[in-house]
Amino acid sequence: MILNQFLILAALLFCMGVYGLLVRRNAVMVLLSVELMLAAVNINLVALDALWQTAEALGQIMAVFIITIAAAEVGIGLAIILLIFRNRRSANVDELNLMRW
Amino acid sequence: MGFEDWAAEPINWVFLAVALATTVSGLRVVTSPNVVHAALFLVAALAGTAAIFLLLAAEFLAWVLVLVYIGAVIVLFLFGIMITRAPTGRDEAEVDHGRRLPAVLVSTALFILLLWGLVSQWGDTTLDSVTAGTPTSVLAEGLLGRFVFPFEVVGFVLLAALVGGITIARRDLSPAEEKERESR
Repeated sequence: MILNQFLILAALLFCMGVYGLLVRRNAVMVLLSVELMLAAVNINLVALDALWQTAEALGQIMAVFIITIAAAEVGIGLAIILLIFRNRRSANVDELNLMRW
Repeated sequence: MGFEDWAAEPINWVFLAVALATTVSGLRVVTSPNVVHAALFLVAALAGTAAIFLLLAAEFLAWVLVLVYIGAVIVLFLFGIMITRAPTGRDEAEVDHGRRLPAVLVSTALFILLLWGLVSQWGDTTLDSVTAGTPTSVLAEGLLGRFVFPFEVVGFVLLAALVGGITIARRDLSPAEEKERESR
């Protein structure tokens, strides 16, 4: 196995996440794209950890933190989307113009 | 390392199959017109990611990904999708906006930039020492030893986020409803 096969797969997943982030209207699907990008970053961390073989598995520990923060992000993000949906009857990000001047 | 050498290792074919499945499901996550299908394809993409972790001998992380993401986060997403579906039945084609071309251009350009950077930096650096596997005790010692403070902080962040999520999402009663509840 070479290192780049993992890193390039991660780059591919990350770019698909960027595409989804840019093109989706529904806020829940924007969050799904963010999850895809976070998974790509985790692949990067684990691959580089496998390359360097640090004694404490630093890359994997960092990936554990990313997974935890991502879970918190999804919880709070969906709560905000729920609130917006309740107030505006829509969860589309391009209709959220309350703060537009 | 030529392609013949690369293809001679059977594990690389496993990688190729997993990578293909992950890429296709990832593509469906961002292109599927149905929200529920997109969430379910994210399950497939994350399962592929877990398989990649297994290939990299990170077993603990692979099962954490399966438990936390596929087990919990996707369920949260499905709840969010069910609750935020407009009751009038929004038509399915509306989840994307029309300006796809700039997004394709941006993501393709980013991918080419990343590809160039990765190839020029890493070339064909090999990962030969992966077979050993990381014992979970190494991760445990790291998380409860050197990284115990960040570990506690991240637990507190999770708690705060969940309490905040409940506080944000619960419906406040209007004064009239409040009075009615008290008189009951």
